[in-house]
Amino acid sequence: MKRCDKLVEVGRRQFLRGGIVAAASLPVVGFAAQEAKAATNGALVDYPTARLANVKDLKPNEPLPIAYPDADAPGVLLKLGKAVEGGVGPEGDIVGFTTVCPHKGFPLAYNAESKTMNCPGHYSVFDCEAGGQQTWGQATQNLPQYMLRVDDKGDIYAEGVDELLYGRLSNVL
Amino acid sequence: MAYKRNVDRLPIIPADAKQHNVTCHYCIVGCGYKAYTWPVNKQGGTAPDQNAMGVDLSKQQPADSDAWYSPSMYNVVKQDGRDVNLVIKPDKDCVVNSGLGSVRGARIAENRRSDKTGTQQQRLEEPMIWRYGTWQPTSWADALDLVARVTARVIDKDNENDLFVSMFDHGGSAGGYENTWGTGKLYFGSMKVKHCRIHNRPAYNSEVHSTRDMGVDELNYNYEDYELTDTIFLIGANPLETQTNLFLNHMIPGIRNGAKVIVVDPRHTVTINAANIEAGKDNVLHLQINSGSDLALFNTLFTYIADQGWVDKEFIANSTFQGDVAQALDEGHPAALGGFDMARAECKMSLTDGAKICGVSEEDIKKAAEWIAKPKDDGSRRKCVTAYEKGIIWGNDNYRTIGALVNIGLATGNIGREGGGVCRLGGHQEGYMRPSDAHVGRPAPYIDQLLIAGQGKVHHIWANDHYKTTLNASAFKREYNRRTNMVKEAMDARAGATREELVEAIVAAIEAGGLFSVNVDIIHSQIGQAAHVILPAVESGEMNLTSMNGERRMRLVEKYMDGPGSAQPDCMIAAGIAQNLERVLREQGRNEYADQFKGYDWKSEEDAFMDGYHANTGKIVTYDRLRDMGNNGVQEPVVDFKDGKLVGTKRLYEDGKFTRHGREDKKALFCAGAWRGLQAPGKAAQRDNYRFLVNNGRSNINWQNWFLDKNNDFVADRFPYPFIQINPSDMAEFGLNPGDLVEIYNDVGATQAMVYPEPTARKNETFMLFGAPSGTQGNIVNAGVNELILPNYKQTWANIRKISDAPASVRGLSFKSFDYVAS
Repeated sequence: MKRCDKLVEVGRRQFLRGGIVAAASLPVVGFAAQEAKAATNGALVDYPTARLANVKDLKPNEPLPIAYPDADAPGVLLKLGKAVEGGVGPEGDIVGFTTVCPHKGFPLAYNAESKTMNCPGHYSVFDCEAGGQQTWGQATQNLPQYMLRVDDKGDIYAEGVDELLYGRLSNVL
Repeated sequence: MAYKRNVDRLPIIPADAKQHNVTCHYCIVGCGYKAYTWPVNKQGGTAPDQNAMGVDLSKQQPADSDAWYSPSMYNVVKQDGRDVNLVIKPDKDCVVNSGLGSVRGARIAENRRSDKTGTQQQRLEEPMIWRYGTWQPTSWADALDLVARVTARVIDKDNENDLFVSMFDHGGSAGGYENTWGTGKLYFGSMKVKHCRIHNRPAYNSEVHSTRDMGVDELNYNYEDYELTDTIFLIGANPLETQTNLFLNHMIPGIRNGAKVIVVDPRHTVTINAANIEAGKDNVLHLQINSGSDLALFNTLFTYIADQGWVDKEFIANSTFQGDVAQALDEGHPAALGGFDMARAECKMSLTDGAKICGVSEEDIKKAAEWIAKPKDDGSRRKCVTAYEKGIIWGNDNYRTIGALVNIGLATGNIGREGGGVCRLGGHQEGYMRPSDAHVGRPAPYIDQLLIAGQGKVHHIWANDHYKTTLNASAFKREYNRRTNMVKEAMDARAGATREELVEAIVAAIEAGGLFSVNVDIIHSQIGQAAHVILPAVESGEMNLTSMNGERRMRLVEKYMDGPGSAQPDCMIAAGIAQNLERVLREQGRNEYADQFKGYDWKSEEDAFMDGYHANTGKIVTYDRLRDMGNNGVQEPVVDFKDGKLVGTKRLYEDGKFTRHGREDKKALFCAGAWRGLQAPGKAAQRDNYRFLVNNGRSNINWQNWFLDKNNDFVADRFPYPFIQINPSDMAEFGLNPGDLVEIYNDVGATQAMVYPEPTARKNETFMLFGAPSGTQGNIVNAGVNELILPNYKQTWANIRKISDAPASVRGLSFKSFDYVAS
């Protein structure tokens, strides 16, 4: 699995300073993005449809590392246990977010107690139960959230992202 | 619903895009940014030679990349009349922020006015006059003629006391040396206006009189001192939120270098949380004192440090006044100033008394004293940098409290030395250049109270919004509305009249107790709703503008876009008022007075800069020279131009000579200010009669830029209303849920806010956002001020009642803790 090395490296430095970056240092499962050929001059970028996981893979309040829309864009799937903004699945409680902080690209860590994504770089906090709203922090975007779909078999697909991802001027490179 | 832009790509900055130096104009720190502009029909490419960053943009960029910008850093604006793409992104080479962007500065581009993207459509474009029952657009000539004719009726050569002026004195934003000079030359040069006030306080005065009287300018260090120090001592300050990149880029490295941190604040803040994370709790001391007891704490620390002998005897002998009293206590000096021993005797306070008054333990006070002053084991001096801000500036007993803090810095020799300094952190940048204000007097007139009492006939307002930010705001708004409405009604009654008839009608209304209000601003402000003439100004980036930051770093923000409509720089508007006054006065045969209004034939803001700053500071600094110094600029005072570079001053008083008070001996003075409880009138009674402390201040997201952010979707989505943080057990007692709206009321007024649970808040102690457009905290701040007319916002008590369940607009909001927690 190809990851952005510098992102991981930043995570390690933060770890040594005391900030633990769980999500970014776990192995990624479920990534299966196809090569997408963009249509010429579309008004939107063409997002790949990617199967990220099956609902059975998710345990309540345990982050499942994934990547979307490609291997260099780490993210996470969460089953929050209550219906939330952007939530899918039988309970409307499955959400997915990037784990790259939209402020300066540091790897976010999931805090299971507060159900927030926290940034060890500059102390930003994003609320996974409120559409990734920045509870407090330095980013000028709320946390990019995946547009998800669950099919009859319980497979979870990502089909888009609702904000620009850190480190790329096009969400699909 | 969390606000999402659904932007999935941005135009790439081409390699040949124009670049402009930009210093963020919001807060005092003044982070460096670069503005890139290029035609809307061009774009860069992903190949390194096709974009301004020179990197391969087809790949994911790493953390801390210089080659990424967020949608908030992009817009389409007008430049020389044409649409251009605009990106404003942090400058990695600026020593202030090293490429960091704050949640405010990283939205400069998005907060520019754009006809294409629809941002900031609230910006004023044309002068307007109250006509036919509303504001109607008109020409500059027409608007300035009316302003001059009405103003000329109430001023005379020897008496300008019926003209009241509210004018910003700061840098950044729409301030800066150009604009403070323009307004200063008009009101303090051509005129000698006595009845004036500053944007954030009800009089024309310093916020920090005592430190200046003691000889110590309030911005005396270099930001690098935080990285070189042993202890960072923060009082009434929350720099992670309100000087964000000073904290992240200078204080955090200092903490990681081993500096200990002391924070004096009645409230837990994100600053304390971050310090705990970086330094470990053993190296952070939060002195959570009772609101308003800072002076008792500082006097106790001063006493204890002196008793232990942890003072710098050599420094005291060589650099401070030797003797008893140098400046006696009088109406203009709320404490005597003089020698160390005199001040020590006057300020004496035991650990027991200090601990009791402040509500903290003796052990913690001792620990703070050790961290501030105890020499190291090898006998060497301990370095301590001290920084304070509104917690004490807008707090109890301003003069003595700040003086007591400076006492500690002087006694320990921690001013003018590496890793030291006793400084305010600041709000706006600075950028003050005006003729003398000595005629205003000291104490300065309390302008708001005079207006409430019916004084003043014409009011010129320059980017002040008393309605949102003044104290005693309930009474002020009531009376201001009544008096300006008298003039509006008189103007309505003479619709269609000639200019002469209209002026007569306005003057008649003024003489009957009305007030004619002229409002110069970039937006139609709340007090602007009461205006009769509105004059549109430009702001930073729409003009060339110079300012200096909290370490006296002066930079030129280059104009990178057009202002809206016919909006002008404030200095040029001031020149227009002067020229029209000259014309009208001459027409009236008042030639001698008219002559005073000569000297405004500026073609641009650069002419105003040369006439003001350049001419009055040794004729060294020019736009060209500043431009060459880029975003690192030069630290004032600028002393030379050598080898093609401006030469500045890294920190003040390195020679041990203190000059801010103007004393010939250049010796610093100590402040002999004993503790005397809550000093401002009405505060103690309010504390005794109302349950909740309504502490107040700012938040990271909209501090210093709320006037624009009320129209910014990202910000309005986060806090549609000002929050009031309340302890959950207090909430339960009142049946309150997160997001509920409460009314906060006391003996002077009422306001409302949105409930935000805060477990770290002490019971009966709340914190409300200050300066909100939709809930003015100042409504419940009484008129009582500290001596020298320093407002005392922080010590406010009130009761609370629920008025509404959480409205739909806040139901999806995050109400979780602001504190980052390491997972």
